[in-house]
Amino acid sequence: MRRWSQLFAATVFSASLAFGPAIAQPRDTLVVGLQQEPTSLDPTADATASIDTIMSGNVFETLTTSTERGEVKPLLAKSWDVTPDGKAYTFHLNEGVKFTDGEALDSSVVKFAFDRAMAPDSVNPSKGIFSAISAIETPDPLTVVIRLKEPDAYFLNSMTMGDAAIVHPKTAAGNKTNPVGTGVYKLKQWSKGDRVVLERNPAHRDAARAALREVTFRVMPDPTAATAALMSGDVDAFPTIPAPETVEQFRKDPRFKVVVGTTEGEVILALNNGKKPFNDLRVRQAISYALNRQDIIDGAQAGLATPIGSHFPPHNPAYVDLTGRYPHDVAKAKALLKEAGYANGLEVSLQAIPFPYARRSAEIIAQQLGEAGINVKLINVEFPFWLAEVYKKKNYDMTIIAHTAPRDLGNYANGPEYFYGYDSPKFREMFADFRRTVDPAEQKKKLGDLQRFIADEAVHGFLFQLPQVGVYKADLKGYWTNAPELLMPLIDIAWVK
Amino acid sequence: MSLFLAKRFATLIGTLLFTSIVIFIVLEILPGDPALLILGIDAQPGQLEVLRQQLGLNDPAWTRYWHWVGGLLTGDFGISYAYKVPVWELIGERLQLTIPLAFISMALTAFLALVLGVYAAANHNKTGDVAIMATSQVGISIPSFWFAILLILLFAVHLGWVSAGGFPGWGAGLVPALASLILPAISLAIVQAAILARITRSSVLEVMREDFVRTARAKGVSKRAVLWGHVLRNAMIPVITVMGVQFGNLIAGTIVIEQVFTLPGLGRLMFQAINQRDLELIKNVVMLLAVFVVTINFIVDMLYVVIDPRLKVHDV
Repeated sequence: MRRWSQLFAATVFSASLAFGPAIAQPRDTLVVGLQQEPTSLDPTADATASIDTIMSGNVFETLTTSTERGEVKPLLAKSWDVTPDGKAYTFHLNEGVKFTDGEALDSSVVKFAFDRAMAPDSVNPSKGIFSAISAIETPDPLTVVIRLKEPDAYFLNSMTMGDAAIVHPKTAAGNKTNPVGTGVYKLKQWSKGDRVVLERNPAHRDAARAALREVTFRVMPDPTAATAALMSGDVDAFPTIPAPETVEQFRKDPRFKVVVGTTEGEVILALNNGKKPFNDLRVRQAISYALNRQDIIDGAQAGLATPIGSHFPPHNPAYVDLTGRYPHDVAKAKALLKEAGYANGLEVSLQAIPFPYARRSAEIIAQQLGEAGINVKLINVEFPFWLAEVYKKKNYDMTIIAHTAPRDLGNYANGPEYFYGYDSPKFREMFADFRRTVDPAEQKKKLGDLQRFIADEAVHGFLFQLPQVGVYKADLKGYWTNAPELLMPLIDIAWVK
Repeated sequence: MSLFLAKRFATLIGTLLFTSIVIFIVLEILPGDPALLILGIDAQPGQLEVLRQQLGLNDPAWTRYWHWVGGLLTGDFGISYAYKVPVWELIGERLQLTIPLAFISMALTAFLALVLGVYAAANHNKTGDVAIMATSQVGISIPSFWFAILLILLFAVHLGWVSAGGFPGWGAGLVPALASLILPAISLAIVQAAILARITRSSVLEVMREDFVRTARAKGVSKRAVLWGHVLRNAMIPVITVMGVQFGNLIAGTIVIEQVFTLPGLGRLMFQAINQRDLELIKNVVMLLAVFVVTINFIVDMLYVVIDPRLKVHDV
């Protein structure tokens, strides 16, 4: 019996060691909670956003990168020149850059990475960003010249994306599970479905700037689990909390800071412009008048979102506020419907995918449109079903979707085959003209015109910009509030001493 | 092997073959294109066809079926669409969590159920019996995920004894790994134990009314010895049967519980695979679960023979 009690005591002791408070040490580790599981670690081969969040800029580097406001800044390229016609970019690479396996970075590696992304059998999810490239030249090891078929206003921004990461020919194929990059962090451990652990790369040119020695990303899609993990101290930061209504308890808690920023995600009530009744401008306008954005934001997002009147993120310097274009006006909506021949109302369906922003907004929108005489039948669908039926086959009336990719105004120039079913030669012409524009002031003006055009056309019901509601430990600093790109740069994140 | 077991084994093989056909057909009907999910909504038109070709999605259905079943027989489970690594590697990693979790919960279930069920039967209609039956009624009614959240709030958030979820891996040592499985195992076990305790009680009560029990007592065998030595063994057939079914339920229950505790187990893998339309992964995980359940039932059948040797001769 005595032996048993000793064993018991030993067990309790070792257990208390395992669960007891950690011994004080300099804080150079961080645990970040993520909603979405990374299915791979290669941002050039998979559209899963969490891969970019974890890997892009941290483990893999791109020629250029983005500031928190969406401006382009140097990364692997220390500088670049553009020809006046905007058709050739000369990038000057940083010297002495090495991959974590010791291989050196030179212009041939850059050429390889882009050739790989552009190849016919490439499954790069953003292959389109390379479509303007006509030739890549490597005059010397530290210089890359990229020639474009025609000027591309988005080119430098596109090069900041994880899809344009520079990967080495020797290791590119293995990056899905064994990533080898040039970044200030490298992979330490990946337990699929549970966590990705990164550690500082001491050989990096900027290693001294990175305060965190080790960063763990933990996957927790369940809102309750996420809240519990923050409250119990298992997780230090949750850049995008799964359920915005839970933030109140963190606001009241001095251990945490709640940060509300914007993303590149425009949430729209997409209308199938290719079929009746949405091919009638008056019906689309009626829908825009019937929507009350603030009520939708209050109900679906706990008040945490910025309303939008067109398809453009409010944090962008070229943003034009068009939320007043179709103010909430039920009488006007009814009048327009009557004019369009729907005096006795209208029956349409609304397909809602299981993301909270969509399901919650859908119920409020159904009620708001109902007041204007549009009878909405709500259909809840799974995302894979949505992709197959709505996105691919355009088999829908209305749906709610967040367009999370940056610079996606060009969707409206995709023609009637795209799931919007929207066909405007005028917009296509305006957009093509903008893409050829090199002068930044001209670009900004033209972006404004494009925003106004689709707002006037009431192509969709423009709802709100998806917020980035994050919860961070109060003594953490250096993280991004807004997310102009799918990036979470770790290099400047640090604990306040 | 007796004819009884031989028959059962043939049933096992037939069931698995049938299951594989059902799984394959259901996944064929399921809407959603895995290639479209991987590429997302910004893909270029031509890319979809390239990826579909790479994933072998353009082959005719029967070719893919035989390829799959043939692969299963030779130990080749294919490559996951979403993770791009061999399916067996993914499943193997996850089993290291789910199998121990299921066994701990099952052990907990059996222990609680037998002790409480036999105690309640022995004290039929007394306070202890009534209390246990009332408690088990509550246990049956509680959804395990909700009970799990309560456990997290108490032990992780308020008391801070264990972490709120996650699994450090067996590499982190036995104690931390087991500690992270305690709350999930309790959440899973509580409902099953409540059901099993009621079955145990009624089964024991029934056997206690048999003639041989009275005879044993009349011979002077103590009440306790009769209960544990004679009654329990004879009462075990329905209990074992239910336990077999419950083991399947436990494995299914891990899908929810692993979500709540953010455990990287088989259930979470399956949930993720369904969302990702990772058909290659789904069909193998579901098949594996079917193998588990069918094997458990086979083991239960074998246990019948151990408990009641008459089955061997009479061939039920």
